[in-house]
Amino acid sequence: MPTLPRLDYLDRLEAEAVHILREVAGQFQRPALLFSGGKDSIALVRLAQKAFRPGKFPFPLVHIDTGHNFPEVLAFRDRLAAELGEQLIVRRVEDTIRQRGLREPGGKFPSRNALQTYTLLDTVEEFGFDACIGGARRDEEKARAKERIFSVRDEFGQWDPRRQRPELWNIYNGQIQPGENVRVFPISNWTELDVWNYIQRENIPLPSIYFAHERRCVVLPSGQLLAVTEHLTLDATDELTTRQVRFRTVGDATCTAAVESDASTLAAIIDDILQAKVSERGATRLDDRISETGMEDRKRNGYF
Amino acid sequence: MDLLRFITCGSVDDGKSTLIGRLLYDSDAVSLDVLAALEEQNRTSAAGTVDLALLTDGLRAEREQGITIDVAHKYFTTPRRKFIITDTPGHVQYTRNMVTGASNADLAIVLVDARQGVVEQTRRHTIVAALLGIRRFVLAVNKIDLVGYSEQVFRDIVADYAAVAAQLGLRQVVSIPLSALNGDNVVKPSANLPWYQGPNLLEHLETVTVATEATTDAARFQVQYVIRPQTAELPDYRGYAGRIQSGVYRPGDRVLVLPAGIETTLAAIEIDQQAVPAAVAPQGVVLRLADDVDVSRGDTIVPLAQAPVPTRELEATLCWMAEQPLRPGRKLLVQHHTAKTRAVVQAIVARTNIQTLEQQPAAEARLNDIVRVRLKTARPLAADTYQQNRTTGAFILLDEQTGATLAAGLIEQTAPAEPEVEL
Ligand SMILES: Nc1nc2c(ncn2[C@@H]2O[C@H](COP(=O)(O)OP(=O)(O)O)[C@@H](O)[C@H]2O)c(=O)[nH]1
Repeated sequence: MPTLPRLDYLDRLEAEAVHILREVAGQFQRPALLFSGGKDSIALVRLAQKAFRPGKFPFPLVHIDTGHNFPEVLAFRDRLAAELGEQLIVRRVEDTIRQRGLREPGGKFPSRNALQTYTLLDTVEEFGFDACIGGARRDEEKARAKERIFSVRDEFGQWDPRRQRPELWNIYNGQIQPGENVRVFPISNWTELDVWNYIQRENIPLPSIYFAHERRCVVLPSGQLLAVTEHLTLDATDELTTRQVRFRTVGDATCTAAVESDASTLAAIIDDILQAKVSERGATRLDDRISETGMEDRKRNGYF
Repeated sequence: MDLLRFITCGSVDDGKSTLIGRLLYDSDAVSLDVLAALEEQNRTSAAGTVDLALLTDGLRAEREQGITIDVAHKYFTTPRRKFIITDTPGHVQYTRNMVTGASNADLAIVLVDARQGVVEQTRRHTIVAALLGIRRFVLAVNKIDLVGYSEQVFRDIVADYAAVAAQLGLRQVVSIPLSALNGDNVVKPSANLPWYQGPNLLEHLETVTVATEATTDAARFQVQYVIRPQTAELPDYRGYAGRIQSGVYRPGDRVLVLPAGIETTLAAIEIDQQAVPAAVAPQGVVLRLADDVDVSRGDTIVPLAQAPVPTRELEATLCWMAEQPLRPGRKLLVQHHTAKTRAVVQAIVARTNIQTLEQQPAAEARLNDIVRVRLKTARPLAADTYQQNRTTGAFILLDEQTGATLAAGLIEQTAPAEPEVEL
């Protein structure tokens, strides 16, 4: 008699995520996987392969492109979709700005993060998506700690923390009314470290900007480093420097800080994280600091 | 490294949030910028030291009202284990959140304030956690600093709680005196508690045996999704994707597809497109059948020898979670994992007084009530009792119109006996 498999915590997290992805496939007519090109959504793609191969994914990959992405990430995205043979839908914040006559965010470090919400909601409407799978994790931020795995949104994409459905056992309720849709977070229970460990275990390729490389950066007053890109308006007084850096998340180039590091392998990155005393969002995202309840406000407004 | 999921429960102000904050803080799970934000927030609200509870009280409404109103999840890892904490609210009106949290936990930490001892809520929370199938409990006697670290106070509380545990048949209770605020006995032993010889809280959490799914349980699997590539290379491939809910599956097993009752053989079990010699709960797998039978989402595939009898009549315990009361005759949807069917509530048999565990007659179920009901479903379900199986013995009830989750259901009996007749 063969010995039975012994499951460790990563096997359990993986099994949970695969189960959730298959629930989406089983319960919805027109799901979509929101793909950012970041490590969390790349891990989701790997999990979708585990859930659905040798079949095709029962959903397209959807990228909401702010226009401020790192070119390395966009190239990676296109290559991955082609290798997978899966459909990739790209919708641009730029087009939303034009169509809706929205104002471009100004300032020195213009962030289009807030505008993504509009593009996302328009895209949901355009394709009639009834479920959008995202790579958000509960450990990212306090407001996310209370997010359900199946999170029902009204027709405006809004999230009402008081009206969330209780989520019992691992039974996921995707029953919705016309106009409503659901955000689904299969890796809710993963931490940043879990994602890295999984990527290492599964040997998953990532965009190059996750690994240490030399980059021209501007030093912010907070001491954080921001990549010099065409989207920034620099003054003569800005302090510029070239450093060995990597990125911990791959959001907008205008608001995702680089961290100094010479970690050029997954093992070195994991080591870095174990040492790191600054959490992911704090180290790298500038725009959550705007208000203490930044994430909560954006969630109510229909952001992921 | 394995995984432990636990809930924390207690009355408001017993120190739950502080305790979780302390676990995160002392086990180094809190990063510097979160701490900095916390200190900033503390400076602007009340003067004083870091309020650890702010680490868990996430939503603005809670910050404003100063209470925990929903289920929050927190994560930390030690070299020995990964932990998922579900923090559930203390208020009576949030029993449904407590039920939600308990449904996914292997262990419950029941917090009491050493000055108050075992109170109504302690009993209530323990009953709810036990009802949901939790067997491992920690009685955390908090604020021991406020009773002069008294051994006698601790002993008295432990004795009171033993009576509750005995009534519920709970045999795995570990009692720990601690001060969440000062950190005594949370992740470090305390010099203030020389009379206490047992493990500190973290030590216990790291070493308590976790629920590894018993491989001796009856094997259960429900189809989530049918994989049919229909490509040139795989024109006829049909795989039934799902999660093993309990027990062990092996290729070659004679199996039954329920509720149809079709017999066939398990031709292969695939994980990540590789055939495997055996698979166990909670692995996600693809089952291949030897015969071309009609199988769809919601169907159960079980080894012949262990098959349950599909039933359309269930007796179940419900935790009613909706504002609108439940009355007999109500039609709703049953979601039994991947199987969904219409159902009618034929009778409310009794309401459980979750203070005394007494069964009382009831005409309706109100928000947060625990009631026993009889249900009749449109389609037969391949179900077990909750006693037998914490997965396939569970279901939820949905509103037919809105889709809202109305109740948690625990199956007590799958083929209820005929009602007794008066002679
Ligand atoms: N002296 C003392 N105070 C505590 C202890 N634990 C919590 N507290 C205080 O009790 C109050 C309520 O704690 P909190 O964690 O918010 O309780 P919750 O409502 O159960 O989450 C706060 O003022 C805490 O500082 C303890 O072990 N000793």
